[in-house]
Amino acid sequence: MIPELGNFALILALLLAITQGTLPIIGAARGIPSWIALARPVVQGQFVFLAIAFGCLAYSFVNNDFSVMNVARNSNSELPIQYRIAASWGSHEGSLLLWVFMLSAWSVAVSVFSRHLPDEMVARVLGVMGLVSVGFILFLLVTSNPFDRLLPAAFEGSDLNPLLQDPGMVIHPPMLYMGYVGFSVAFAFAIAALLSGEMDAAWARWSRPWTTVAWVFLTIGIMLGSWWAYYELGWGGWWFWDPVENASFLPWLVGTALVHSLAVTEKRGSFKSWTVLLAICAFSLSLLGTFLVRSGVLTSVHAFATDPARGVFILAFLVIVIGSSLLLFAWRAPKVGLGGKFDLVSRESMLLANNLLLMVAAGSVLLGTLYPLIMDSLDLGKISVGPPYFEAVFVPLMTPAIFLMGLGPLARWKQASLPELMLRLRWAFGVSVVTALLMPFIMGEWKPLVSFGLLLAFWVIATIFVSIRQRLNNSGQGGLFTKLARQSRSYYSMHLAHFGIAVFIIGVTLVNGYETEKDVRMEIGSTVEMGGYTFRFNGASPVSGPNYQAMRGDIEVLRNGEKIRVMQPEKRTYNASGMAMTEPAIDTGFLRDLYVALGEPLEDGAWVVRVYHKPFVDWIWFGCLLMAFGGILAVTDRRYRLKVHTKHVETATVADDKRVASNPRLSTGGKKA
Amino acid sequence: MSLDLRNTCNGKQLILLLIFVLLSPLNWAKEAMPVAEDPVLERRMIALSEDLRCLVCQNESLAGSRADFANDLRREIREQMQANKSDKEIVDFLVARYGDFVLYRPPVKPATYLLWAGPFVFLLTGAGILFFYLKRRRKQIEEPPLTEEQHRHAEALLKEDKGNNA
Repeated sequence: MIPELGNFALILALLLAITQGTLPIIGAARGIPSWIALARPVVQGQFVFLAIAFGCLAYSFVNNDFSVMNVARNSNSELPIQYRIAASWGSHEGSLLLWVFMLSAWSVAVSVFSRHLPDEMVARVLGVMGLVSVGFILFLLVTSNPFDRLLPAAFEGSDLNPLLQDPGMVIHPPMLYMGYVGFSVAFAFAIAALLSGEMDAAWARWSRPWTTVAWVFLTIGIMLGSWWAYYELGWGGWWFWDPVENASFLPWLVGTALVHSLAVTEKRGSFKSWTVLLAICAFSLSLLGTFLVRSGVLTSVHAFATDPARGVFILAFLVIVIGSSLLLFAWRAPKVGLGGKFDLVSRESMLLANNLLLMVAAGSVLLGTLYPLIMDSLDLGKISVGPPYFEAVFVPLMTPAIFLMGLGPLARWKQASLPELMLRLRWAFGVSVVTALLMPFIMGEWKPLVSFGLLLAFWVIATIFVSIRQRLNNSGQGGLFTKLARQSRSYYSMHLAHFGIAVFIIGVTLVNGYETEKDVRMEIGSTVEMGGYTFRFNGASPVSGPNYQAMRGDIEVLRNGEKIRVMQPEKRTYNASGMAMTEPAIDTGFLRDLYVALGEPLEDGAWVVRVYHKPFVDWIWFGCLLMAFGGILAVTDRRYRLKVHTKHVETATVADDKRVASNPRLSTGGKKA
Repeated sequence: MSLDLRNTCNGKQLILLLIFVLLSPLNWAKEAMPVAEDPVLERRMIALSEDLRCLVCQNESLAGSRADFANDLRREIREQMQANKSDKEIVDFLVARYGDFVLYRPPVKPATYLLWAGPFVFLLTGAGILFFYLKRRRKQIEEPPLTEEQHRHAEALLKEDKGNNA
């Protein structure tokens, strides 16, 4: 009964989504107020029904209803409750339901926090989101219904993949999806602007916080995924350039470009069409990522081809969404207007160059991810594209981008002078070079790649200092703290996010350069030394978990003969699937992680044990968190909280200014929808 | 354990033993042996197998995977290294047996030209488009002169609006 209710709620949500995707948009084009006014209530209704549908699926999982195919395939009665809930998004069907549920949540957020926007604009934005929702709900109902019954019911479920039975599974996918789906708001704003032909600084100002929030979610989602892989896979890698990871990284790269491009559009009125194109790209890659991961095409092109219904639907949906938005773009973009003028050396052009590098990086990652699939489907042979390729491509592209990251915030809008910039930054450059050359000696050994990585990181940090100092010198009277308090949150947010990049680079560089690893046979009582720590193995004993049996090792860590902690890595065998899993033990520290994993058992209670010393590895994720905090800080900036009235007046004058300053012929067209 | 000791040793011995155990816990501990017999060779093997794919895993390198297949293949590589084969010979052998799929660094051949050239093509095309776009854009903004009235309007706005864009 409950699954049928869920199914019914999904159908009702589809009907509401169709309404949402058609009437408000037509209403906005034709000027029918009652149709425009429909947008908000319909969005909220759709959210309610999708919440019911998702609740029904979760209910079936929690209550072990193995007459539902999805539950029987992805759960088990022994599975702990939190993983039964998480299993609702563990499968293809469930994750798509989560996706569309989050889309409706974002739509509700837009409908609530858009009171200061013109009603037509809101109607168009919500309408576009409704159309996306239609596609997803149709896909669910037609090809991937999560409520399909299995009759007669299975006696027991075949369990959730043990890799996924982890707190990471509870929080990582929702975060990631919040990011993916969040870009639909930026996309909807872009399409709405193209539809209406009104694209000014105000549009960028409305769209910007939404994009930033989505970017923050995506950043945290990717960070959690990386951290999860680190502690779950048992050998301490944190990024594998796996197609699944790339699928989440692509929208992040484009989203990062978008966040920067939006900044220019808001402040200078330039890059309008570029910003719109980026918004379309970011969301298209989110869609592509969702389908790549969820359709099974990555595991095997041929398995995918044997279930053509899904494949054809996915391809058709992608073609419709991307194709129609690009067509709309090609039709409308030439009328958008150029915005303010700027020189070849200016903050605008540096941001544009940075955008270019980010996009080329995204394009290359996409190429490397899809190339094996394309070759395989064309029968040109099977190849693998792995870390060596991506690193060879990515690092050279990011190096100039990071150099520009230091330069950009110091360059003037419109027109900057290179000699002046060089003069201002020579100290920053000198300090970062010297520090980068000396630092590796402190770590024990000089390595060219480490020095190079540190140079990038210190360059970013040094330029942040220079930038803040210069800013304070130019902010009038007052003491240091008055001046500091006078700067806007968005100014600090930029530096915080950039500082996050520096911290991230330090982490990556040092852990790659100085990580040590030992693979040893440990008898009871034997020890191994690493990085100034002594690990003593006290044997392994059996323990039983809720749905697995395990051997738990007992390893004492000593420093200078004193015991500092006990580490208990496990080797688990899951009851339902019989799958073996390694659960490493990690001692997290500010400057290093100690990482211990059990290998295979040997005779007389001895075990193969792998011990790692990973200096600065946590800085990788800490850097990501700083970037995310930067984004949060930016969204709380004062100007987004300004009263409605002042905002309208201000943006109107800015827009007028732009229209006159840019080509009048080009920017007056396309006013009407 | 201490109870057993009290039964078998006299007090002095026990205290001595305790001091010994407490002060130098490492003395009676044996240093664990590395799994690899030859650490230098092992490092070479790991470095090589990091760029090779474990064929039975989802997406793991030979160095990282603990699957039986990967264990066997690592042993195979180790043996070939002991037989003084060069890295290239070993990789050629693996490619002959398993195909290009085993290589994480795809070989440069006609079918992969596009893959390897792609990033350069993207960058050059992108930079070219950007350069010409910026040039054209500057011209477009410069060329059509403003009418007298627009000019006055702009100046008035600039005066009244100064600092609004910063």
